[in-house]
Amino acid sequence: MSEMVMNSLPVDYATETSGGFSFENATRNPMIMASKGAEYLPKLTKKTGTTICGMVYKGGVVLGADTRATSDTEVAEKNCEKIHYLAPNIYCCGAGTAADTEMITQMMASQLELLRMNTHSQSRVITACTLLKRRLFGYQGHISAALVLGGVDNINGPAVYNIAPHGSTAKLNYSTMGSGSLAAMSIFESDWKEDMSEEEAVQLVKRAIGAGIFNDLGSGSNCDICILRTDGTKDYRRNDVKPNEVAPLRALVNKSSLLSMVPGLTPTIGNPLIQPHPARVSLADVDVVMETVES
Amino acid sequence: MSILEYNGAAIIAMAGDGCVGIAADRRLGAQLHTIATDFTKCFRMAPKLYVGLGGLATDVQTLHQLLEFRMNLYTLKEEREMTPQVFSHLLSHLLYEKRFGPYFVEPVVCGLDEKGEPFLSGMDLIGAPVTAKDFVVTGTCTGNLFGMCESLYKPKMNPDELFECLAQSLLSSVDRDSVSGWGGIVHIITKDNVITRELKGRMD
Repeated sequence: MSEMVMNSLPVDYATETSGGFSFENATRNPMIMASKGAEYLPKLTKKTGTTICGMVYKGGVVLGADTRATSDTEVAEKNCEKIHYLAPNIYCCGAGTAADTEMITQMMASQLELLRMNTHSQSRVITACTLLKRRLFGYQGHISAALVLGGVDNINGPAVYNIAPHGSTAKLNYSTMGSGSLAAMSIFESDWKEDMSEEEAVQLVKRAIGAGIFNDLGSGSNCDICILRTDGTKDYRRNDVKPNEVAPLRALVNKSSLLSMVPGLTPTIGNPLIQPHPARVSLADVDVVMETVES
Repeated sequence: MSILEYNGAAIIAMAGDGCVGIAADRRLGAQLHTIATDFTKCFRMAPKLYVGLGGLATDVQTLHQLLEFRMNLYTLKEEREMTPQVFSHLLSHLLYEKRFGPYFVEPVVCGLDEKGEPFLSGMDLIGAPVTAKDFVVTGTCTGNLFGMCESLYKPKMNPDELFECLAQSLLSSVDRDSVSGWGGIVHIITKDNVITRELKGRMD
């Protein structure tokens, strides 16, 4: 019953089933901006000016990422997560516009989950790669997500794919992306070898991300690591290396008492308005009593 | 000039001990010309949930109406209040849906979750989420706001300390920004109530 009522509404907000992008404001926005002489979008969005990398080693793949998010030159977040979940055996590092990398990986994760439920089989890395590249190519580079996809499956074993925002891909032994990609690549180019041990591989990835953190201004803070092994196990190490921790330093500093304000210091207008939270009543709280009506 | 800076705004959300607070300035301007000094940028979306919308005023109001609509629909369907986490995701997806024709709004969300724990999040205009334990800021003087918050914030503040911290951070920040200020408002959300105070600020 409610279905019918919902579907008859002219606006799709109510059904929440429309899906896809909305271009409702796409003609309005350039008009506003032209009339106000304002600059356009790319400068406004948050970027993950990033160092991300992935490599294949003897027993699987290792992915690495820094944790800084910037908006223009300002550090918007000091500890964000750039290694995204796609499937239990597949993870993906994202660089570029923060919203794009976040949303495209979330959508892929849900598509892959549905695919697993339909096929009753493990997700393959190449499937994830194909789904991602098709979507990115479809949007002709307007979705600015530069990805390093890594995973292990029973058919093709460990694999790292490099996916560019326009949809081109490359299957590589080691790959780096983001503004710190050159710094990180310099480490791989000098020291990557075939059939490295896990210990060696993790060490190399940490060095590569470290090179990005310290030499690229768009990257910084901590280093996240994700290991996916051919035996099916994985190890997601959030903030594995924290070379820039400020909390212990701050704890050493005795803050001046001038920085602790006395209650009542700030001048206010009128009396404070105190609103208690309303008591919430739902149908579950109501006792339904059957009434008999005398006829 | 960015279109996000056309009307001017300064908003902070900060966590305390079992309480959260949100502070905003009151100015509505058209670049350097002040139009109103009683503009609302913080909205109560549920008893223990506030959203602060900084950016282009027309979109602040449009987005608020859209959010109100979606909140009402949720409470009618689900017969429960939306948690801050769910609200933050809803808002993020609402903004990303308009990836190629966005609302010029950068929101902050603050509230107490089911366990009474503080929740804070911020977003850019296309919904890239930022979660923080201590504070999130938005507006035309984020550099100033970050600087003030970084030095005045301390963990586990009680509601009174949180108010002073928010008020002082806001007032000092907007005094060095020409397009925000002209008074301020602070809401402190505790487990029992919401305390709202209007700040006396410089009117220049």
